[in-house]
Amino acid sequence: MQKSDFIIEVNHVSKQFEDGKFALDDVSLQIKKGEFVTILGPSGCGKTTLLRCIAGFQVATEGDILLNGEDVTQMPPHLRDVNTVFQKYALFPHLNVFDNVAFGLKLKKMDKKVIEKKVKQALKTVGMTDYEYRDVDSLSGGQQQRVAIARAIINEPEVLLLDEPLAALDLKMRKDMQMELREMHKKLGITFIYVTHDQEEALTLSDRVVVMREGKIQQIGTPTDVYNEPQNCFVADFIGESNILDATMVKDGVVNFCEKDFECVDKGFGEDTEVDVVVRPEDIYIGTLQEGKEDNWQLHGEVHSCIFKGVHYEMTVLTDNGYELMIQDYHAFEPGTKVGLLVKPEDIQVMKKERLCNTFEGEVLEDNRVRFLDEEWDIPERVAERFEVGEEVEVEVDFNRVNLQDDEEDGVLCGEVYFILYKGDHYHLTVRTDDGDDIFVDTNDVWDDGDRVGIRVAPSYIRLYKKSQEQGTKNQD
Amino acid sequence: MVFQSRTTWAWPYALFMLCLVILPLVLIGVYAFTDADGSFTIQNFVSFFTKSEAINTFIYSLAIALITTIICLLLGYPAAYIMAMADFKTPQVMAMLFILPMWINFLLRTIATVELFRMFGLPLGEGALLFGMVYDFLPFMIYPIYNTLQKMDTSLIEAAHDLGAKRHQVFMKVTLPLSVPGIYSGIVMVFMPTVSTFAIAELLTHNKVTLFGSLIQRCFGEGGIAMWNYGAALSLIMLIIIGLTSFFGGDKEDINR
Repeated sequence: MQKSDFIIEVNHVSKQFEDGKFALDDVSLQIKKGEFVTILGPSGCGKTTLLRCIAGFQVATEGDILLNGEDVTQMPPHLRDVNTVFQKYALFPHLNVFDNVAFGLKLKKMDKKVIEKKVKQALKTVGMTDYEYRDVDSLSGGQQQRVAIARAIINEPEVLLLDEPLAALDLKMRKDMQMELREMHKKLGITFIYVTHDQEEALTLSDRVVVMREGKIQQIGTPTDVYNEPQNCFVADFIGESNILDATMVKDGVVNFCEKDFECVDKGFGEDTEVDVVVRPEDIYIGTLQEGKEDNWQLHGEVHSCIFKGVHYEMTVLTDNGYELMIQDYHAFEPGTKVGLLVKPEDIQVMKKERLCNTFEGEVLEDNRVRFLDEEWDIPERVAERFEVGEEVEVEVDFNRVNLQDDEEDGVLCGEVYFILYKGDHYHLTVRTDDGDDIFVDTNDVWDDGDRVGIRVAPSYIRLYKKSQEQGTKNQD
Repeated sequence: MVFQSRTTWAWPYALFMLCLVILPLVLIGVYAFTDADGSFTIQNFVSFFTKSEAINTFIYSLAIALITTIICLLLGYPAAYIMAMADFKTPQVMAMLFILPMWINFLLRTIATVELFRMFGLPLGEGALLFGMVYDFLPFMIYPIYNTLQKMDTSLIEAAHDLGAKRHQVFMKVTLPLSVPGIYSGIVMVFMPTVSTFAIAELLTHNKVTLFGSLIQRCFGEGGIAMWNYGAALSLIMLIIIGLTSFFGGDKEDINR
């Protein structure tokens, strides 16, 4: 029998709930023996569902999960060689610390003396010696957490699953526990899969970070990778502070943003390609602008605000050409100071744009109308003339041509502001319609997460295209 | 107008409790320890413990109450368990169905039960009595158990599974022990009123079976004023027994919180 190198393999796993929503959407992930892997994402991104599928509390609708090369997709949790540390500890309130920790061993009908020895050992590992006969309710959050870990590791599982185990602890305690978890991981040598929404925790603890959003994996990489080389705007925005800007790749090694050409190290995006760039606030050099030496700096601007953050100052700088950048520096620059900015080539991370405009599938209707997103929209007559009624078309709308209305009634379609990205001089919003479709909007107006909006597009900004020839033939095949 | 303190508001309730709870209790106590002439005596208790009829009725009542409680528990626990573990809509419908009979006065329900027995030609008597009592008191058993089960953190069950417990082991080692407080309140809520039942017994057994409650009722109803002292003593004994069960139950609940 050939054993796989991976302790856990998640192959194309999807989990669809009864209401039709996908909690996991084609997730694949391989985890090596002894690795500390963190699954990171905002609430509702499917990270806990993925963990519960591995633990066996939920069964994947599609795909399979291998544990040590064996298919465990349908296996009930009590047969799996994994143990879980629950978010709210889930200690049995009717049992004391000893009986909680011994729960798994007692089920295996082990010898009493062996149980006692092992429980003592496990409690020692988590630093809870002498607490055996305490009532679990009398313990503090941190202590309960330790007992929960002891209870999970006593069965000597191959994999320990941790579901936001530190979320309920206060900051200081959390930091201490983070260090202890790392120590425990080293000592035990077993695989840890850790779920959290705290990006700092993920970077601190793990060998590898899996960033998830809406049931999909966005990026898998070492903490340095996901921080320094985020693969898309979401990852860049979610992990750490960042300046995310629209940019154009002029040619290999040169990227234009804030209306300036910058040297960069990225290649292979083609010429004059629209891209996104990420510049971390600590990677922008800032200095007072001296007369006659303006050319020493790449960008000129004025400090708008300056906040003391403990180790560094966080400043926003408005550049002369109208972009707002966040900068972190050990030195404070008072608001109003004229400053120059510099960015080194290796500190610019260039990312491929996921899309350049909104595209929908549509159908041309009578009376100069087109149907897409399940609504009917007006189009100019000259456009409608080029198509036959009933013809299927591709609809394109530029991000900055979507008009959002305060009053839902004013829109052709209603939706909710779902995700906001600040791009230096405008906001890039994701608006989710009530049918669950996404519309992307560039706007200067300030909206909040969760705002209900009416969506409108002026007829002249709706572009229609015949279904491309290539696609047509594809469909025929 | 100035309300001096919240205690001002408590006065009507204090008065209510004084007149309708404390005073009657005192009266029962006084009557129980006096004879018809009003002089102190323990004769009432002596005659209870020496009359085999009274003692037997008392033991019989306790037994009936105990059997009713056990049947209610055996029927009620699975019902509560199913309701608590089922997904969203089902428990509401089930809870509704269980609570529905409680909208109607229990005397009416009991009379209806008598008619049902007559319709199907079933004999009235001990069996009918147990049936009626279980029917009347089952919801009082289901509810507290359903409540504790429903409030139980599902991650505890998952944790037990995760640690290697099979379904029945999860039930025996986690679900059942954690539902003990609910079981206790269920037992107390069924056992206490069944000990003192008399109307159900009279209707469902055609007065063939005498329960302790009926005995007391007769002392006050048919016995005339001469029997009041004896009746008060019987009431006091019952009160102490019921008090003990509730104390016992409440105590356990505390431990298992």
